[in-house]
Amino acid sequence: MNALIFSAISGVLMMFSGFVLKSNAAIRTLAHILLLAVIIATAFELRGVPFFHINTTGMLQFDHFALLFTLIASLSTLVFFLLSSKDMEKVGVSYAEYFALIFFVLSGVVIASSFQSLLLLFLGIEIISIPLYILTGSDKRSLKSNEASLKYFLMGAFSTGLMLMGIALIYGATGTFSTTLIQAPKEGVPVLLSTGMLLLLFSLSFKVSAAPFHFWTPDVYDGAPTVFTSFMATVVKAAGFIAFMRLFSDAFRDIGSEWKLTVAIIVAATLFIGNITAVFQQSVKRMLAYSSIAQAGFMMLAVYSLTAEAKEGLILYGAAYSLATIGIFAVLIKMKDYTFDGFNGFARQQPLIAATLVIFLLSLAGIPLTAGFLSKFFMLKATVAAGNIWLAVFAVIMAAVSVYYYFRLIQAMYFKEGNVPAIEVSPAFKITLISVAALTIVLGIYPNLLLYWLYF
Amino acid sequence: MIVLLLFLIPLLGGIASFFIKEDKAVRSWALLASFVTLALAIVGSISSTNAALLQYSTPWMGTLNSNFALRLDGMGKILCLLTAIAYPIILISTWKTSYRKPNNFFGLMLLTQAGLMGVFTSMDALVFYFFWELALIPVYFLCSGWGGEKRIQVTFKFFIYTFTGSVLMLIALLYLYFLTPDRSFSIESFYRLAEIKGWNQTLAFWLLFGAFAVKMPIFPFHTWQPDTYEQSPTAVTMVLSGLMVKMGVYGFIRWVLPVVPNAAYSWGDVVSTMAVIGIIYASILAIQQNDLKRLIAYSSIAHVGIMGLAIFSETHLALQGVMMQMFNHGINIIGLWIVVELIERQFGTRKLSELGGIAAKAPALAILLVVMALANISLPLTNAFVGEFMMFAGIFGSTLTKYNVVFTVLALLSIILAAVYTLTMIQKVFFGPVNERTANAVDINFGEKLALSILVIMVFAFGVYPQPLLNITDGYAQSIITNSTKVLSQTLTK
Repeated sequence: MNALIFSAISGVLMMFSGFVLKSNAAIRTLAHILLLAVIIATAFELRGVPFFHINTTGMLQFDHFALLFTLIASLSTLVFFLLSSKDMEKVGVSYAEYFALIFFVLSGVVIASSFQSLLLLFLGIEIISIPLYILTGSDKRSLKSNEASLKYFLMGAFSTGLMLMGIALIYGATGTFSTTLIQAPKEGVPVLLSTGMLLLLFSLSFKVSAAPFHFWTPDVYDGAPTVFTSFMATVVKAAGFIAFMRLFSDAFRDIGSEWKLTVAIIVAATLFIGNITAVFQQSVKRMLAYSSIAQAGFMMLAVYSLTAEAKEGLILYGAAYSLATIGIFAVLIKMKDYTFDGFNGFARQQPLIAATLVIFLLSLAGIPLTAGFLSKFFMLKATVAAGNIWLAVFAVIMAAVSVYYYFRLIQAMYFKEGNVPAIEVSPAFKITLISVAALTIVLGIYPNLLLYWLYF
Repeated sequence: MIVLLLFLIPLLGGIASFFIKEDKAVRSWALLASFVTLALAIVGSISSTNAALLQYSTPWMGTLNSNFALRLDGMGKILCLLTAIAYPIILISTWKTSYRKPNNFFGLMLLTQAGLMGVFTSMDALVFYFFWELALIPVYFLCSGWGGEKRIQVTFKFFIYTFTGSVLMLIALLYLYFLTPDRSFSIESFYRLAEIKGWNQTLAFWLLFGAFAVKMPIFPFHTWQPDTYEQSPTAVTMVLSGLMVKMGVYGFIRWVLPVVPNAAYSWGDVVSTMAVIGIIYASILAIQQNDLKRLIAYSSIAHVGIMGLAIFSETHLALQGVMMQMFNHGINIIGLWIVVELIERQFGTRKLSELGGIAAKAPALAILLVVMALANISLPLTNAFVGEFMMFAGIFGSTLTKYNVVFTVLALLSIILAAVYTLTMIQKVFFGPVNERTANAVDINFGEKLALSILVIMVFAFGVYPQPLLNITDGYAQSIITNSTKVLSQTLTK
């Protein structure tokens, strides 16, 4: 509750701060302070100190899973602010609004990670999506950005329609919106319920860009201003999965036979399409877009297996993936040339930054000693425990494919000759990047540092 | 405690190396670290009674029931000893080779050593997997950063191959983990799985096979190897061929034979057939090579193939032969690489066709090479003879396969073929007419002589008196065989 109220208020404050604060630096500072407040408020609630006592029974459930993810999402946003908020200035003139929209997204993230009613799920997903449509089109003079925004909006509206239809059907079948009360009658699953469930499955697959509902992702991620792509591809995507996981573990766990096969096929297709297509990309930005699809396939394994390990794994995955991707994007934003060749010789010019990028890439590829490995490990463990070893084998083969495109960037930076135009980085940027990289390794050796909070 | 230090010293030494920018200083530092490790390894290998010294265990990931457990047993001892001996020799023999950014080079070298030590001593499946990868990552950077012209593509191929293999192994380990009664990654729990049903074993066997077969490499998974050996800097090639291929052999003995004995028995003939094909195929290819590095690379495939064959014969003699041969092959091939390194540094080429007549100018080098080459043919009185003889005797005497005679005869061909390619190499490089390239050859210096002489002494010492090595490995080989034959006899009588 704390985070929801704080982030909503912060959004409103930021929206009007543009009138009062004239300098960008002041706006930026205010945004950082407000975000810190959100983080602290969330941390307090996680330790059992809610500031507000509002009865949300049957609507929102602020359990440790929801709160921990909220904390991770807001911390990732802080990292994103620290690394990239300066670069948002280049997008357009409405600097304060961008922060406001991001805070609104964050409040949507809170709802989507703690809902207990299908209506709130819908609300959360929409509160996330609408500011994103705007952020995608925020580079008003760029045709690509406009196109991406329109495409995103149309496709998003379509999937919202599917979701509403699904919710209506489920209500028709069970007479309730509450996810915990949805129960199939003993004699069999009614057609209305399974159809509604499938529609929800498809619309959420769209939101997390799982194949075959992923077609918008590369274009939108590529067209959107790179700073916002970074945010969209990380925090928002992870939040989509938390909502996905919550919905299926609360509402549809008992009718697993109705959807397990479909989800398994979606996972396999997502892994395959994401990884194979990423191999052929020449632009790092597009590669990261496809890599986000590929990683979505792995995260979806948690939805497939729905075990306690899967829950832990998804939390860890959300953190590992968000931190690593935000880090890579933060450097990418500073580059003039987004192609792989644009990174040739980068290690010679910026040895420290290149080293942190290596850690992020290794984490994304799932190499041991990084958080990325353990999160993949948890997913695989959950899948094997759920009894589908072939899906796990397929997933690891695809993970091996992913090494190809992640390591291409390492090769370009370290082993190829080239002249990268000098990029300007502040010491604070470097320190943040290094601490994020250190965090990636610490979580890779001792994940209980994070997972501990799920239970205490 | 020693076992923890064996891993910690290279790790910390390696991390420290990154910060020593000066060339001479970082070399000396790396050498110092490797000597300390060597001393520890020797102490660890001879102290057989004090168990507390040789093992270390601390809880690591509580919810997963995985412990950071290291222990030095028979096979671990001999391989850690090999790793510890190899490093100073590698560092001394390449002392004159200059590298750009030496701090990174030596740092990564020591990190590799830390990974290897971890692989050879870990007694927990998850920790084993961690180290398995930890050994691979620095090698990737070493090969890509300091190798030959085509290094980037070649190393990449190597990396993708081994990474695919190792993630399959990860699935196998997870799969076995869920089959263990107490949900644990410890090796003792895994060994209790020996009696699980056939299909489970077969699946786990082939997934594990993926990782180990690529690393060894067994035909037809060997295609990364000659290219990688050729393109890597020689110091790294020594680590790759002398030490890292042993990871695959080791994996089979420790994580396949005792864990899934039934599958290892039922599929043993298939693997042995692959190994035999590989042995002959690689030997024939070695005859054709014109590049010294590629020649030795193919010869290494052949030798490792014999080890693969011997493992699946599952006799005590053969297993002990494999462990002996892992040690001896490491020594011999590092010796051969040193010679290649010396030749390349002096003459700027590795082509057999461009060399010739060096013996007259550099007698010391010639003598040392001939000894190493004879060991490569496994002539009696050299160390390789002991290992290969035991392996062949074991394969021949195996009762678990119907094809033991065929396998032995075909594999023995490799010794004849080894003589063909090794002697041709000696003839082309050291004898024959002198050309303008080799006319001004000078003999090797003291450090190089020292490194090679140590190896030569070891070749003869363990060739004449292999008992110390046999003592180290005897108990372990016996326990593996007892373990798997017990299960097998139960299965076969059913």
